[in-house]
Amino acid sequence: MSHDSTAVLSYLKEPKGLKSWLLTVDHKRIGIMYLTAIMFFFFVGGALAVVLRTELFRPERILMDADTYNQFFTLHGAIMIFLFIIPSIPAALGNFLLPLMIGAKDVAFPRLNLASWYVYVFGALFCLYSIVSGGVDTGWTFYAPYSTTTSTSVISMTLGVFILGFSSIFTGLNFIVTIHKLRMPGMTWFKMPLMVWGLYATAIIQVLATPVLAITLVLLIMERVLGIGIFDPAMGGDPVLFQHFFWFYSHPAVYIMILPGMGIISEVIATFSHRKIFGYRPIAYSSLGIAFVSFLVWGHHMFTSGQSEIAAMIFSFLTFFVGIPSGIKVFNWVATLYKGSVSLETPMIYALMFLFLFMIGGFTGIMLGALALDVHLHDTYFVVAHFHYVMMGGTVMAFLAGLHYWWPKMFGKMYSEAWAKIVAIIVFVGFNMTFFTQFILGAKGMPRRYYTYLDQYQPLHGFSSVGAWVLGLGFLIMAIYLIASFFNKRPVGANPWGGLTYEWETSSPPPQHNFLTDPVLAHGPYDYDKVSVVGEYYRSRGDKPTVAEKV
Amino acid sequence: MSSTHAGSHPKYLQHHFGTAVQQEESSKLGMWVFLLTEVLFFGGLFCAYAVFNAWYPETFVNAHKSLSWQLGAVNTIVLITSSVTIALAIRSMQLGRKKATFRLLLATVLLAAVFLVVKYFEYSHKIHLGQLPGNLYTYTGIEGTNPHIFFSVYFMLTGLHGVHVVAGIIAISWMMYRVSRDEFSAEYYTPIELTGLYWHLVDLVWIFLFPMLYLIG
Repeated sequence: MSHDSTAVLSYLKEPKGLKSWLLTVDHKRIGIMYLTAIMFFFFVGGALAVVLRTELFRPERILMDADTYNQFFTLHGAIMIFLFIIPSIPAALGNFLLPLMIGAKDVAFPRLNLASWYVYVFGALFCLYSIVSGGVDTGWTFYAPYSTTTSTSVISMTLGVFILGFSSIFTGLNFIVTIHKLRMPGMTWFKMPLMVWGLYATAIIQVLATPVLAITLVLLIMERVLGIGIFDPAMGGDPVLFQHFFWFYSHPAVYIMILPGMGIISEVIATFSHRKIFGYRPIAYSSLGIAFVSFLVWGHHMFTSGQSEIAAMIFSFLTFFVGIPSGIKVFNWVATLYKGSVSLETPMIYALMFLFLFMIGGFTGIMLGALALDVHLHDTYFVVAHFHYVMMGGTVMAFLAGLHYWWPKMFGKMYSEAWAKIVAIIVFVGFNMTFFTQFILGAKGMPRRYYTYLDQYQPLHGFSSVGAWVLGLGFLIMAIYLIASFFNKRPVGANPWGGLTYEWETSSPPPQHNFLTDPVLAHGPYDYDKVSVVGEYYRSRGDKPTVAEKV
Repeated sequence: MSSTHAGSHPKYLQHHFGTAVQQEESSKLGMWVFLLTEVLFFGGLFCAYAVFNAWYPETFVNAHKSLSWQLGAVNTIVLITSSVTIALAIRSMQLGRKKATFRLLLATVLLAAVFLVVKYFEYSHKIHLGQLPGNLYTYTGIEGTNPHIFFSVYFMLTGLHGVHVVAGIIAISWMMYRVSRDEFSAEYYTPIELTGLYWHLVDLVWIFLFPMLYLIG
């Protein structure tokens, strides 16, 4: 590494050439490669969603027949879950940020990290092959026995998901070891940024839950190939066992999606409140608490499956416990905002949107966890609305907050703040039009996954579809202003927002090995009461130094 | 990659680690986490075994009699012995005895091969009789409900274990190649140690499979 301070080339510039990217072991480049791949699948999954909503604008056929509709919603779900949301924050943002935040040169196993990207792409190819070879019509959950008998490409899709699982495990394993062994001198566990705690809890779930999904999918493939009879009731097997296995992974997977998102929210709220985060330890512990409870609640997906009543009651009871650590986080974030000097830049707007939408998602989750209510709401649009509020209103909003927050760090470029704010409003309006409407639809009894519906539901369905178009428009404009930011000539500086975590100590974009000198911890991640720092972004606008004013 | 710090550090030390100890501890922790995922991977099948054993207890008792406990016992002894030889291989490397390490690793691979040969005879006998999973099951001599499920579970469990034995043979052979290239020493032998940990897990899984499948009832 060159210690010549006059010319420090960023990781984007050095080394050069396509090969240096494809064979890179630099976590930052791998993060960018993940980001590119997942954004592509977000676009594919989003386009499918817009087509689906357009079909549902009216009860009669508009674009496609019922079979095609079944394949489209399956692909929308499978792509969004397995190819977008699960890897989005850990594999893309996490990979980029984790070593920077703890002052490491790289993750513990850089080659394994690169392998995980190739495994992801390889798995994604199987999923794409399923699309061109006739699609899958089982829903993203692949429930037996239908998935063992349908003539669509279940094998290539489940094989793709099986392979993706390894990518997820590699990332999780790498993060656990990196956090344990590669923190800079002085960074104790409780001096770690909360994003790192979120990634740590996520990694634990990735490592413990994913193998169970893997073996379940192997069994499902064997069921289709050999008819092993483990899940097929006609052969003496147990389809509910499939559901137990599937949700033993897939419920914790929900927390793989949300926990790193919560980490982002902690970072963004602290930085843009310019105030020491309230309740650091409770936020850190509650991440582990959520990870722990996530393994105990899978049965709440099966209240109507014919599992025993006592099991249903226990799962209902346990499900409520997730509310405790989630509530701890939300109250601590709100307490941080209270008397903070809040500046409403785009990342902060998304973080506040997260708070609002995630609370709706969370409360409706408690409603669905209540046994008696779930029997009524099961498999209705209420459930669809709930998990879109949690996954999209929660994870995607957190992802967007993180993307805008670290965009200048990743690329050294600032996007158009004005356009970003306009889009944030469009996304918020479009999102609530689409999905809040679906709570009402579901409560009125509209079942999910139906190709057509009674005329009485048309006004609400129509409104929801218009919302989807608004949402789609918002994302299109976002793509444009983010791409346009690459042509922005003005440098952003190392620390545009005035953050105290260590990724802001190095240049934007960072040099090849992250830091020019080995970092040693000088202050905690949120010591705004002790350290005065003004972001270059505010300085360039001539804003008053918000922090110094407060202390 | 490691050009920056070359000179003052041993060549096996990767650039993003500060010390050899840090690198070794990281590798070990990574391996333990990986083994944890392996346990959970098998865990799904163990769970399926428990469920169907509870559903069809008579079938399971009747069906297990068609397995040869003698062959299973031989394989158990073979695998335990191979765990001893790989442990001794690690010990030899700690003492810097490269030739002994190579020979002990070779012994481990040969024992693993013996395991697979025995497994081959067991499988071909089953295939011959039609005691196969699910749709392929044609045997009529076992009383009880759904005897094919026992064989589905048997083939899935032993098959997955067999795949792990093959992976172990590849990994240990790779270690032999690296020993022959003089990559290890009394100071640096982490990859052999980690391969050993993996091999112990393969052994351990079999120690559960043997009584569950061959000795029930």
